[in-house]
Amino acid sequence: MGVKVRIPTILRTYTGGASEVAADGGTLAEVLDSLEANFPGIRARVLDDAGKLRRFVNVYVGEEDVRFASGLETPTPDGTQVSVIPAVAGG
Amino acid sequence: MSVPPIVEPAPDLSVDEVRRYSRHIIIPEVGMDGQKRLKNAKVLVIGAGGLGSPALLYLAAAGVGTLGIVDFDVVDESNLQRQVIHGQSDVGKPKAISAKESIAEINPYVKVNLHEERLDSSNALTIFADYDLILDGTDNFATRYLVNDAAVILGKPYVWGSIFRFEGQVSVFWAEHGPHYRDLYPEPPPPGMVPSCAEGGVLGVLCASIGSVMVNEAIKLITGIGDPLIGRLLIFDALEMSWRELKVNKDPDTAPVTELIDYEAFCGVISDEAAEAVVDSTIDVRTLKDWLDARERGERDFVLVDVRERNEYEIVSIPGSVLIPKGEFLTGEAFEKLPKDKQVVLHCKVGGRSAEALAAAKGAGFGDAVHVAGGVLAWVNQIEPDKPSY
Repeated sequence: MGVKVRIPTILRTYTGGASEVAADGGTLAEVLDSLEANFPGIRARVLDDAGKLRRFVNVYVGEEDVRFASGLETPTPDGTQVSVIPAVAGG
Repeated sequence: MSVPPIVEPAPDLSVDEVRRYSRHIIIPEVGMDGQKRLKNAKVLVIGAGGLGSPALLYLAAAGVGTLGIVDFDVVDESNLQRQVIHGQSDVGKPKAISAKESIAEINPYVKVNLHEERLDSSNALTIFADYDLILDGTDNFATRYLVNDAAVILGKPYVWGSIFRFEGQVSVFWAEHGPHYRDLYPEPPPPGMVPSCAEGGVLGVLCASIGSVMVNEAIKLITGIGDPLIGRLLIFDALEMSWRELKVNKDPDTAPVTELIDYEAFCGVISDEAAEAVVDSTIDVRTLKDWLDARERGERDFVLVDVRERNEYEIVSIPGSVLIPKGEFLTGEAFEKLPKDKQVVLHCKVGGRSAEALAAAKGAGFGDAVHVAGGVLAWVNQIEPDKPSY
């Protein structure tokens, strides 16, 4: 078991085009570590140099934006869906 | 959650209007009252482009009485794959005028106001003041934050949609009833980090998927029916054919919006590093042509690097260029492929990405590297006009 992570279009270059990938970890921080191990480079698109969540990317655990939960320490129980939602401006 | 209708009903509908809108009027939730509210409604659409095209067509057909269009661009052939309000004969025409002509054909009862100017902090509040609702389909972060802030200051609902390749996002921001754009995305990404549709492409029909939801929400707000998309973000994936819904919260840390700011500076057109790198290291396409001719004659030596993506390179390229996408400059891979003993000349589509790559190249020791202002589009325009633009 583990979690499923939804990958937005602009980050699919890191996942070989996959829109959903599996990851492990009991918190969002651990899930991002697990993602980074499989898809090097992807974590830096979500976290800044100081290791904080970037302000133009939203991460949801289930239906909750982690900025309004416990941030990187938000628990990610088995079977949870984690979604990465970046700002896009195309029109 | 439901909110009261934002528009009062018009006094009456003519017999012709009743005939035209009968399929709306016989829906119990819309009825005569809802159609009169649509007639009285004033909706401002920012951008008559990918999202603005279907939005304007359906708002007009639905009988929204007054439509404002903000657009200062002209119709280009590369727009026609998705901007369905414009046709072949409109190429070269201002988009606002082309859109107005299409609307007149679809519904002559709609009054159209044209605002053929660049929306900025000096005119946004004045333009917005006359409208009940703002629908935004522009293509850049600076305008999105400007539109949001002006809507917040004036207390108006802001129907927002955004698209990239196969993916769309759509929501309704209305500070009086829920979160606004800054609650969802407190800051824009740094320039160069998120590609635009002009750089990354967009599936044409995605505009209809997202644009139609935007109109759907506008109609609900005008007539006061249903549950508006306030505090909810819909995400559409056209490849999986899935819609997901996520909650958008009001962020207590969001600073109150009290005045408009300099949005170009807030979003940055190019990064500070790139802006610094291009000073005294920029050539124009005519100079590039001279240099290429001199290289041909053996009088000059340099390597011309196209930093766009392969698909773009296949559409059109400058003869004698080699392709190394910008991403490889940011990761450092590019520098292993470049000769250390030759000058490096960088170009992209219009000059933004090559400026970013130039900053990286200078940082890696390519001190005499330059980039080409205007990129391949300027090249096609001035040197090889028979080649395709995109």
